[in-house]
Amino acid sequence: MAGRVEGKVAFITGAARGQGRSHAIRLAQEGADIIAVDLCRQVDSVPYPMSTPQDLAQTVKEVEALDRRIVASQADVRDYGALKAALDAGVAELGRLDIVSANAGISSVGRADELPEETWQDMIDTNLTGVWHAAKAAIPHLKAGGRGGSIILTSSAAGLMAMENIAHYVSAKHGVVGLMRTLALELAPDSIRVNSLHPTMVNTPMIMNEPTYQLFRPDLENPTIDDAGPAFLTLNALPIKWVEPVDISNALLFLASDEARYITGVTLPIDAGCVIK
Amino acid sequence: MDIVLANAGIAPLSLHETHDAWQDVIDVNLTGVFNTVETAIPSMIERGQGGAIVLTSSTAGINGIGGPTRGGLGYTAAKHGVVGLMRSYANNLAPHSIRVNSVHPTGVNTPMVVNEAMQEFLESDPSLSNAMANALPVPMVEPVDISNAIAWLVSDDARYVTGITVPVDAGFTNKK
Repeated sequence: MAGRVEGKVAFITGAARGQGRSHAIRLAQEGADIIAVDLCRQVDSVPYPMSTPQDLAQTVKEVEALDRRIVASQADVRDYGALKAALDAGVAELGRLDIVSANAGISSVGRADELPEETWQDMIDTNLTGVWHAAKAAIPHLKAGGRGGSIILTSSAAGLMAMENIAHYVSAKHGVVGLMRTLALELAPDSIRVNSLHPTMVNTPMIMNEPTYQLFRPDLENPTIDDAGPAFLTLNALPIKWVEPVDISNALLFLASDEARYITGVTLPIDAGCVIK
Repeated sequence: MDIVLANAGIAPLSLHETHDAWQDVIDVNLTGVFNTVETAIPSMIERGQGGAIVLTSSTAGINGIGGPTRGGLGYTAAKHGVVGLMRSYANNLAPHSIRVNSVHPTGVNTPMVVNEAMQEFLESDPSLSNAMANALPVPMVEPVDISNAIAWLVSDDARYVTGITVPVDAGFTNKK
């Protein structure tokens, strides 16, 4: 049976691990080839270990194990030239572009009046400007294909609601919604659809780390997931602490597929009811 | 029972509407949805296996469209009311792992939209029909497009999706 995105090519930023790797695998399972990029090094203001070249190599291995092609490179979404070069090389090798997942993102913590300038700037540069860069680099390829396309921007439940102690993250993720809505209008005449995903807590290294646990349990010196878990639970309406990367991938796959051929300009929460609670 | 689709609806948008148009559309499109969910809930809760409920709203459940007639106002009010029901049910039923979401189609190629009375109504007021234009270059969507969105929402692929509004509207709402 043909896959739900059979024969298509997807560009994924932040593909070394977490949600990005899961997206690459899920799309490959349904017949897509992958252009993967990730920074694979540390950003100084980020308080947990970021991805490594070994992580990206693992994504390559898992996609190839599904008999799909993947072109992977290290590139920084903050550097438009480098990101464009990585995508252009991937399209030259795989021959087309249909799906874009602007997924790369970072997390850090601090009250709005105390955030260092660098922490604010790294956040906006990565989680907002980096998303724009991915779309900007991809749009000419999508238009040149003449077959429409699907761009999926990864925002957050924090792109639709306030959350204390992460003003920079909330600002960047709200900004992604504005970008999504404008791109959806601009690209509709070319049948290129643009939508955003809004996850609650996801079981990835960006969330499962002590600085994030501390955000939820500021009363403890070295909180663990067992300490933070009950606080995660209170965020959601459904009786769960977090969702898995594959849950976000399944939503992305739906939006990327022809099943959603007339869905554009939509904010799609995968949030266990976090936003309405 | 695992899945409930509260889909039944009417659109009394006509140049020759009856005085009952308001009440009829509220009764069917809002109270009918309430009755459907109320009827379904006890057995779903008793079974204890969770479940998925999808309420069919409309782009008129998000935007002030539909014109100034009794039927048009009633349609818009009812479809907005469905969103309130959806959000409350989603919160109330979440502890039972029963998920509740709504879909919001633009014009769909069905007899409710493609009929003489509706065409006459839309043509009578160019501002109304212009306001009905989609962003994507398609005049209307097909029933299967709504079915595809619902099939995803009720499947385990969307096991943690609840309390959300899903427009299937060719960019109509975003264009407003």
